[in-house]
Amino acid sequence: MRTLKTTLLAFITAVTLLAVPLSYAADSAAPAAAAPAAAVAPAAAVNPADLPINWHAVGMFLAFVAVTLIITYWAAKRTKTATDFYAAGRGITGFQNGMAIAGDYMSAASFLGIAALVYMNGFYGLIFSVGWLVGWPIILFLIAERLRNLGKFTYADVASFRLQQGPVRTMAAVGSLIVVIWYLIGQAVGAGQLLHTLVPQISYRQSIIIVGTLIIIYVTFGGMKATTWVQIIKAGLLLGGATLMAIGVMAHEGFSFEKLFADAVAIHPKHLEIMKSVVPIGAKANPIESISLGLTLMFGTAGLPHILMRFFTVTDAKAARKSVLYGTCFIGYFYILTFIIGFGAIVLVANNPEYVADLSKSILALKGGGSMPAVYLSHAIGGDFFLGFIAAVAFATILAVVSGLTLAGASALSHDIYANVIMKGKATEAQEVWVSKICVIGLGILAILLGMAFEKQNVAYIVALTFSIAACANFPILVLSVFWRGLTTRGAVLGGYTGIFGSIGLLIIGPTVWTKVLGNGPAIFPYDFPTFVVLPAVLIVAFLASVTDNSESAQKERAAFNAQKVRSETGLGSEVGASH
Amino acid sequence: MSEYSSNRIQNNPKYHQLVSQRDTLAWALSAIVCVMYFGFILLIAFAPDFLTQPISADTVIPVGMPVGVGVILVSCILTAIYVRRANSVFDPLTDEIIQESLK
Repeated sequence: MRTLKTTLLAFITAVTLLAVPLSYAADSAAPAAAAPAAAVAPAAAVNPADLPINWHAVGMFLAFVAVTLIITYWAAKRTKTATDFYAAGRGITGFQNGMAIAGDYMSAASFLGIAALVYMNGFYGLIFSVGWLVGWPIILFLIAERLRNLGKFTYADVASFRLQQGPVRTMAAVGSLIVVIWYLIGQAVGAGQLLHTLVPQISYRQSIIIVGTLIIIYVTFGGMKATTWVQIIKAGLLLGGATLMAIGVMAHEGFSFEKLFADAVAIHPKHLEIMKSVVPIGAKANPIESISLGLTLMFGTAGLPHILMRFFTVTDAKAARKSVLYGTCFIGYFYILTFIIGFGAIVLVANNPEYVADLSKSILALKGGGSMPAVYLSHAIGGDFFLGFIAAVAFATILAVVSGLTLAGASALSHDIYANVIMKGKATEAQEVWVSKICVIGLGILAILLGMAFEKQNVAYIVALTFSIAACANFPILVLSVFWRGLTTRGAVLGGYTGIFGSIGLLIIGPTVWTKVLGNGPAIFPYDFPTFVVLPAVLIVAFLASVTDNSESAQKERAAFNAQKVRSETGLGSEVGASH
Repeated sequence: MSEYSSNRIQNNPKYHQLVSQRDTLAWALSAIVCVMYFGFILLIAFAPDFLTQPISADTVIPVGMPVGVGVILVSCILTAIYVRRANSVFDPLTDEIIQESLK
């Protein structure tokens, strides 16, 4: 095992050492004018040599990396079995998992993204804050405890509990992998842009390589233990940082919400419209799109594989339950803060020549692109030092989320596809862990390559894509398998694929991809979020395909429901947690 | 888990009591969250003017803002209610059922 670890470490080091000069060469070859396009808005071209290094940001970022690498070393020594690797030995407490859930879920997209949405559109951003929270009570009431009682490492364990392993696990793994890989692309592109904007001396490509390499180190060596602690530390930093920012905003506004909103309305170029518009400013009101967005945000949360995986790390169902309560409170608190931060940015960042790209064109468009309002707000409140802190926090955020995603993707490949579909449960634990470490490295490299490939792409559809598949495939099949006796393999598989391919198909012919990305003219399917069509279709397909299935295996699957129910309700026979 | 203890639990009336009590609470709370949230979403979709009117004449704060924050807060409170009830009622009941299945 030691030789294995040494070989891996040597390999990763070699890759990094090779990759950095290569990316330098690639960057110098690229035309200087081609500045990276931001996910939300185009970035301004900057000449790195002209800018001073933000030593606060670099120092705090290095400190975070040092601490997390020490934790990884500590975790690696304690990661021996598959349970250690995938589920942190099931020894995480409810409170710790609540923090880790918050750290896994509060991505840079929700921190910088909601703040940016509010900054541009005002009230509209609140819909995302609310929608991304309300999935959590549903996870608690219907999923968390039963998932812990029935599963081992992945949500496919639960979906396939009494169904045929091969087809159901394959479907669940395909759904998980599509979500994970696209989520990874979004995070990688965000990381590249953010780090490059904050420390211009590091190029977009180098930023992505740094992120990818760190993730591979955390996850291959430290497994879920290291991932969990990276997420816990990051959650603490993010909650602390956001709290300080919100306090800074409120102090500036004399602790009056009245004054904060009045000032924002006075400064924002659209004035009172930021309190009146329930769609992005400039878009036409669209009731069906609003409903579909609402469905996607709520049920998508409850179907994210890297989130569901966290429930296997705790000692028992009771701890799983507690962890959702803590997680929900942290996340709810945080989303309320991002809303204050967004309005604070309108007051303190907009119209400020230090941050705005070109005041003569727009008082809103910022240097470095559309995701910067929260970052500049920290500078407006606390100068270079606080900017450095928030920048390091944002970077830690990306690392924590990407770690969770990579581990979830690797577990779908190794635990579901390799160990249970290909080897039909005959792989040894050591083989399974070995395969998943290879998958982690593979996914890490894939994320780096895709992050580079998507540098100049419009990635605005990623949230819709990942959350739609999670809401239309993972979530309904999971709930049906746990609560509905009648679900059979045929129903689960056909329903699941309807969700996966229905979402992808409608997204491709939808406005964002068909019109904006592919430039094919007016969209065939006129909505960005397909959930309102696909989710009912999945339920109907799963229902019809199940009730018309009278095969012998289907009858056995229905008969096995009672025993599954006993285990899901009482926890009898479930995977044993670490004793204290 | 052996078939035997599974059958034994299924014949225990306390097990059915646990399942029905927990299901009732879980689905009722889920329904409350959904009604509250989709009520908010339907207002956004079909009655945006209601949500965007100011809460009083001398302010710019729209009605939707306290409503949205309220949905977040109530969600947290409902989560706490479920956890409290599960700790005080469902856990002891589950322990009893497991003890009785082992006799």
